[in-house]
Amino acid sequence: MNKILTKNRDLTQKLGFSLLTLMTLLTVIPIIGTVIYIIVQGAPAISWEFITGFPREGMREGGILPAIIGTFYLTLGTAVFSVPLGIAAAIYLSEYASENRLTRLIRLAIINLAGIPSVVYGLFGLGLFVLFLNFGTSILSASMTLSIMTLPVIISTTEEALRAVPQSFRTVSISLGGTRWQTIRRTVLPQALPGIITGVILGLERAAGETAPILFTGAAFFLPRLPHSPFDATMALPYHLFVISTQVPEMPIQIQYGTALVLLVFVLGMNVIATIIRSRARAKRQW
Amino acid sequence: MNKIVIENLTLQYSDGTESLHDISLDIVANATTVLFGPAGGGKSSLLRCLNRLNDLADVESVSGRIILDGENILDPNIDVIALRRKVGMVFARPVVLPFSIRGNLTYGLELAGEKRKSRHDEAIERSLKLAALWDEVHDRLDEPAIALSGGQQQRLCLARSLAQEPEVILLDEPTSGLDPISTAKVENALEELKKLYTVILVPHSVQQAARTSDFAAFFLQGKLIEYAPGTEIFTNPQNQRTEDYVTGRFG
Ligand SMILES: Nc1ncnc2c1ncn2[C@@H]1O[C@H](COP(=O)(O)OP(=O)(O)OP(=O)(O)O)[C@@H](O)[C@H]1O
Ligand SMILES: [Mg+2]
Repeated sequence: MNKILTKNRDLTQKLGFSLLTLMTLLTVIPIIGTVIYIIVQGAPAISWEFITGFPREGMREGGILPAIIGTFYLTLGTAVFSVPLGIAAAIYLSEYASENRLTRLIRLAIINLAGIPSVVYGLFGLGLFVLFLNFGTSILSASMTLSIMTLPVIISTTEEALRAVPQSFRTVSISLGGTRWQTIRRTVLPQALPGIITGVILGLERAAGETAPILFTGAAFFLPRLPHSPFDATMALPYHLFVISTQVPEMPIQIQYGTALVLLVFVLGMNVIATIIRSRARAKRQW
Repeated sequence: MNKIVIENLTLQYSDGTESLHDISLDIVANATTVLFGPAGGGKSSLLRCLNRLNDLADVESVSGRIILDGENILDPNIDVIALRRKVGMVFARPVVLPFSIRGNLTYGLELAGEKRKSRHDEAIERSLKLAALWDEVHDRLDEPAIALSGGQQQRLCLARSLAQEPEVILLDEPTSGLDPISTAKVENALEELKKLYTVILVPHSVQQAARTSDFAAFFLQGKLIEYAPGTEIFTNPQNQRTEDYVTGRFG
């Protein structure tokens, strides 16, 4: 009797595990499939000229350098605005602000901000940065728009990373005569850094791949030169991909996939960096 | 000589519990004063008043005075940082900071802006010797502190608070998680420490209270029931409730 029960339980357990494995596979397969498909389709387009050249013949030939550089500038610009602001906001929320209605409201706003469709950010950026502040259709406007979109991600992941640092470290540091800021600066931040960096990169990664927020704020359909200043418009990989996939007739398909592949490498590259930083820091962590 | 004079101290947390009720107590310099009694008596709350660590907690109101070297430390205008350097604390669970052994020991000095390596080295050697840890770690100061055993970690925490030459040491059940041998080491260290400092200890058992105390204060539900030299309170308690607790009839 007992034996049968045990057997039954083993069977259920095995079944459960198989089911979970299957579900995991089901979610992973489409991702891997997409990546492989893009690599296979796009690889033939990749060449030195494709990476370092300008588009020619109505973008049907040549390279995508302006789009690569543009996405690089936009990501950098987004980082410049959103990283200091986001980290500062998170430090304030988690280390200084007391729990009250106002902070709860701010948190709620941040969560909801993360759920707003990106095209809405685009419209907001158009209204505020392009028109009202008169920054024009420019890298500056687009970066600021992307920053606003990225901030919630950076703030909430940073806050999470700060909260993961044991409270006892703070108490000990204060009891040894530390000020609040010394405690944060010397003990809390170094411990939270890997988590913060991961959050920052995840946020920037999303910004790098977005089309809608830059559509009205800084993206150029076609620019036969590199941008000179933050007030220039720029080409960008995701928007370029959209343009050559929908707006240009008789577009060679491999250029489209080539562009997609470059964007993918850009974003995955950031991901790899984040993973390396995190695992390095984990290995060094002492609690 | 009295190092600390506590006058009519009453403390209430914001959830309404009055954790300390009208406590008056003189704490003698260069002696070990033990605060003991059952859970929830207010011993930790009192310790946290002495270095104003209660500033971090949800305190609704504090009244009364705590005079340390002639200064009322409950005064909102005192220099809290200076106070905390003067009144070191060791917690029940050893909390080593995520640095090397050396990094833990010099943390307080660095906070205070002391950068001279010679001063660091002096402080490290002196504090480790006082905490009876020097022999075990002097040749591996740059290893992560977390790699030490629990007992060593707790002595490191003690050494860490000694490194900035405090005048008063607060210890809140410092041996509650330690084996008997480590406990004995800590107790021996305390015996040496009281020659230099004022030691205030919340013991983890009545036996420890009896072993270590020069003076002992019995706390019950926020009230100071009896305060006397250790030799008296554990052999001939005046209050019935103290006697019941000391003889193990409740606890
Ligand atoms: N931060 C706090 N917020 C609210 N109430 C608290 C806080 N700390 C302690 N208390 C309450 O104050 C009372 C005294 O607690 P305290 O920790 O000082 O007692 P204790 O004598 O140290 O007990 P134990 O032996 O369990 O450590 C308890 O009723 C406790 O619930
Ligand atoms: Mg306690």
